[in-house]
Formats: sequence, C-alpha cells, structure tokens
Amino acid sequence: MIVPSLLLQHAPALLLAVPMLGAFATPLLGRLGSGIRNAWAVLAMLCTLLIAVVLATEVLATGTIVYAFGAAAPHLSVPLDSGGIPIRIIFTVDAMSAFMALFASIVGFAVLLYSLKSQSRNSGQDGYYALLLLLTVGILGMVCTGDLFNFFVFLEINSLAGAALVAYRVDKGVAVEAGLKYAVLSTLGGLLVLFAIALLYGQYDALNIAMIASRMQFTLLDKVALVMLVVALAMKAGAVPMHFWTPDAYSMAPSAVTAFLVVASQASLYGIFRVVFSLYGLALDCLTVGWVLIILGVLSMFVGVTMAIPQKDVKRLMAYHAVSQTGYMLLGVGVGVAVLGNQDLLTAYGRIAMEGGIFHIINHAMYKGLLFLTAGAIFYRTGTRNLNKLGGLGHSMKWTMVFFMIGALAIAGIPPFNGFASKLMIYESVFLFNPLLSIIAMVVSILTLASFVKVFHSIFMGPKLPEYADVREVPAPMLIGMGILALFVILFGIFPQQVVDLLITPAAAALIDQGGYIASILGGA
Amino acid sequence: MAAIMTLQTGTGFWNPIIWIIAFVIAFVFAYLIWMLGEKDPKKTGDLIRPYLSGNPEPAKEAVHVPGGNLYWGFTEALQGYYTRVVPLHSGILTDYLLWFLGVMAFVLVLVGVIV
Repeated sequence: MIVPSLLLQHAPALLLAVPMLGAFATPLLGRLGSGIRNAWAVLAMLCTLLIAVVLATEVLATGTIVYAFGAAAPHLSVPLDSGGIPIRIIFTVDAMSAFMALFASIVGFAVLLYSLKSQSRNSGQDGYYALLLLLTVGILGMVCTGDLFNFFVFLEINSLAGAALVAYRVDKGVAVEAGLKYAVLSTLGGLLVLFAIALLYGQYDALNIAMIASRMQFTLLDKVALVMLVVALAMKAGAVPMHFWTPDAYSMAPSAVTAFLVVASQASLYGIFRVVFSLYGLALDCLTVGWVLIILGVLSMFVGVTMAIPQKDVKRLMAYHAVSQTGYMLLGVGVGVAVLGNQDLLTAYGRIAMEGGIFHIINHAMYKGLLFLTAGAIFYRTGTRNLNKLGGLGHSMKWTMVFFMIGALAIAGIPPFNGFASKLMIYESVFLFNPLLSIIAMVVSILTLASFVKVFHSIFMGPKLPEYADVREVPAPMLIGMGILALFVILFGIFPQQVVDLLITPAAAALIDQGGYIASILGGA
Repeated sequence: MAAIMTLQTGTGFWNPIIWIIAFVIAFVFAYLIWMLGEKDPKKTGDLIRPYLSGNPEPAKEAVHVPGGNLYWGFTEALQGYYTRVVPLHSGILTDYLLWFLGVMAFVLVLVGVIV
C-alpha cells in the first residue's frame, strides 16, 4: 500500500514529472529504435492519464488538494517562519483544475495513439513525441498551478512546444511561417502576462494566486493587470478579433497536433476563468468584465462560423469552427461572471450558464479533436485537404466517415450527441439573461450544421473518383485514437447529467467559491 | 434507465431516450431496405450504367459537385459582409499584432483604466 499512498500524496507533482521525464528521455530512447521510443511515449502518456484519473478522483472525493514543492509535507502551504506568506511554488488542484487535467490527458492519450501511425512516414519523430509530451506538461502545469509566475512558465512551455509542433513539417515553408506567427503572438501575449504579474507582485509582494486574491484592492494597476491577463489569454484561446493566428496555425500543424492545440487553447481559457473568478473574484466590476467576455464570445461565434463556410481547406474550415465554439464557452462563463455579484441571478441562471460553458470545454475538446483527427486521416490517405479536390471517400473510408459524422453532428448541436447537451444548457440559461444572445447562439449552430453538411458532401459523397480508386481505410491505431474520442462524444451525449454531476458542477462551484480557494492555501499554515 | 439519462437545464430538462429510439428505428428500417436489395448485383454491363435520356455518361469528375460550389448563394448574398471581413485575415503578422494591441486598448477604455 506504500506505492498507492505515495502516488496519491505526490500525484500533483507526478502529473507533470512523468510527461516531463517522458519528453526528455524520448530522444535518447529514440536512438535504440522507433518501436522502443513509441512504446515509451505511449507509456508516459498512459501513466499521465492514470495519474490524472487518480488525482481527479481524490479531488472530487476530498476537495481541493494543495501541493507545496519542497515543504516538509506537501500540504504545508505556508511555512511557520514565513510571516504567513506562501513562499514556495504551490499547486492548487481544485475540481476545475482536476476537470481540465483529466480531459487534457484523455485527449493527449488519444492523440498520441493516433500519432503512432499518422506520423510514421515522417522524419524527426524523436522531436515530435518529445514536443507532444512537453505540450502536455505545459497544459497540465497551467491548470494545476496556484502560482502566477509558475503559470507564466507553463504558458511559455505550452507556447514554445505548440509553435515548434505547428512548424513540424519544416519542408513546407508555410508551416514554418504559421509556427513563427504563433510564436511571435504567443511571446507578446506571454510578455503582457508577465508584465501583469509584475504589477500584481509590486503591489502585493506575492505571486500566489490565493495570497494576492486575499489582498486584492482592485486599484488602477490591478485593472491594468486584469486587462492584460484577460486579453492576452483570450488571444491565446483564439477569441475574435485576435483569432487570426488560429486558422494559419491549426491548418498547417499535423492533424494530431491540431487536436491537441485545441486543448492548449482551452488551457488559456481556463487561465481567464481562474484570473477572473479566483484572483479577482467579487472585487472586480463583474458586469463590465462579464460583458467583455460575452462580446468576445458572440464575435467569436459569429465571425468564426461565417468565415468557416466559404473555406475550401478542410482544416482551415475546422479551425474557424474551433474559434466559433470557443465563443460558446466565453458566452456561458461570461454570463456567469456578469451576474457573479447578484446571488439571486447567479442561482437562477448564472450557475447553469457557467456549467454549460465549462461542459462545452470538454465536449469541444472531444468532438473537435475527433474532427481534426478525421481530417488528418483523409490527408493521410489522399495527400490533400482541398475540399474541391476531394470526393467519394465514403466508399472506401467507412469508419472515418462514421467518426466524422459523429463529430459533425456533435459540433452542430444535434441530439443526442454531447454538443447538444452543453449548448442546451447555454441556450436556456443565456436566454434568461438576454434572449438575443441565445438566438445568436442558435443561429450559429444552424450555420455550423450547414458548414459540416458541405464538408461531409465534399469529402465522402458522390461517385468514387478515379484518383482515389486505391484509397483504403486508415490503420488501426488511427482508428483507435478516433474511436476513443467518438466514444466520449456519444457517452457524454447520452448520459450528460452524470458528467455534469460528477465533473462540471464541482468545477463551476470551485470557480465561484473564491473564499474556499483562498482558504485552501492560507488555511494550511 | 431513462431517469439517469435526464439532463436538468435549470428551467427545463432533456432526455435523449426518444432520439436514441428514433435512431435505432431509422437504422433498422435502413438495414431492412438494404437487405431487400439485390444480393449479387452485376458489376459490369449496361445494368450498372445510369440512364441519362440516352446521353453518354459523363466522367466521374465531371458529375461530382466540389465543396467550392456549395453555399455560393449564401456567400453571394452576404457579399457586403465578406468583402469587409475576409481581407482582415491578411496573413500578415504585424496586422495580427495590431489587432491584439488594439483590442487591449479598447478593453482598457471599457473597464475604465483610460478615460
């Protein structure tokens, strides 16, 4: 029983240590052979997933887990001789963090399995798997840390690994250009995040989120820091009108990477929520900040979907849909923020709107990941992403077609798939806040369906084209990767309340309960 | 079983059971129709060729409607919107940076930092 108890006690640290070890050892093991390297990468990601499951189970059962690095005991967040200040790097894993870590690990595992075959024909795989595992480290670190500077470090790991993966196909100049755009914008965003952290540190002599939150005055400098943090992270999440990098980067990255970049973007979305709810909480002007998120959300929904419709590159089209879907999350959580200061409205519809937005995060990661993987499967067999050149693949790629249909129906919000469940929660709750916003959200869903009907027709329908006469279904590992995500899309759609009760409601409650978040750190002396 | 599938949405509820039953029935019907079809259709000859009023069958590429042709009417009707929005996606990095910084300046005004 020593191993399980040790694993449980150090799960927050292991959640990062395992993929980090996996990443750095991958190039070394790659020298022994591709089979050993691949097995090692799969093992590292599988272990990460298992640790995430253990950690999430523990958090949901016992509440927030605090892990102070270097302390005599991991839960001692405030040393006795520190004057009441949490000086160490501290991970604060509440239900929201656990939720994010869990689904990021699931998508990461599916993506890695898929990559075994999809990348098998490319060179530089040592670097590919190392970067994929490093991206995992960045994402998991961002969602688990309770320290602002530490958050910045993981944001940078996320950005650097992401940019390198976008430019992975170095033989194509546009891929490098897309990677450069992603890197430059991420760097500027990271700089602003760092500057905002400096402003907060200068005022409150602390970097711990809970500590700063307990001292928050909402001064002019705090407002500047808030704007920098929210706008920089919204840009990283791909919110309109700062989304321009998204179609460039998503379309040029290998499809498996794109599926994971969606999760990386959602880690930034998590950052916005953590800043707004846990760092500032009721100190901020909830209505104004809420409406900023809502406006960004509505713009993202509408511009994203209307830009997707005329696209001819399937991955570029899907990238615009990713922007559009991010809008739903911003809308749902934005409504929650707007009514945060009014307990009656929060109870009446604010909580459900937030739960809908948070539920949409995991649903989007599953179905958008699935759709990007199907796009990758088509590219793997045909060598093109051009919708004008594709057609008739339903004859030869039946499983890919079925997986695409599941993903397309889910993203369009068609019941009984998971996208419908979270969108319904958003529609109903947002309607009570402002009916027009809800109507816009529904219209965007209809346009999404129209767009994916076009994609489905273009790729799979029609007679079997002579140039694709020899095309056959993709190998089993790619199908398994898609199958894992498709399974979650279906299960989350059929049993949505179980997911909401188990993961979403605790996550939303953890975000709203700023007092609880602060007490989990400062109460640990 | 049906109860655990019910999603509470605050003001209402949703249960996917009817949709699942509808999906299953539709699938069964489709399968039955498929079963009624010819078990071993001929793969060659005139029977597999479509009848187009006596005209010769065009090449497969010629009859396939590619993706670019779909929703032409939609994009044409929203030409005013698209002519403004599409050029914003210029692909130029400095444009992207300007949008980013511009949005930040706008939000700074909105939250009352700059008056």
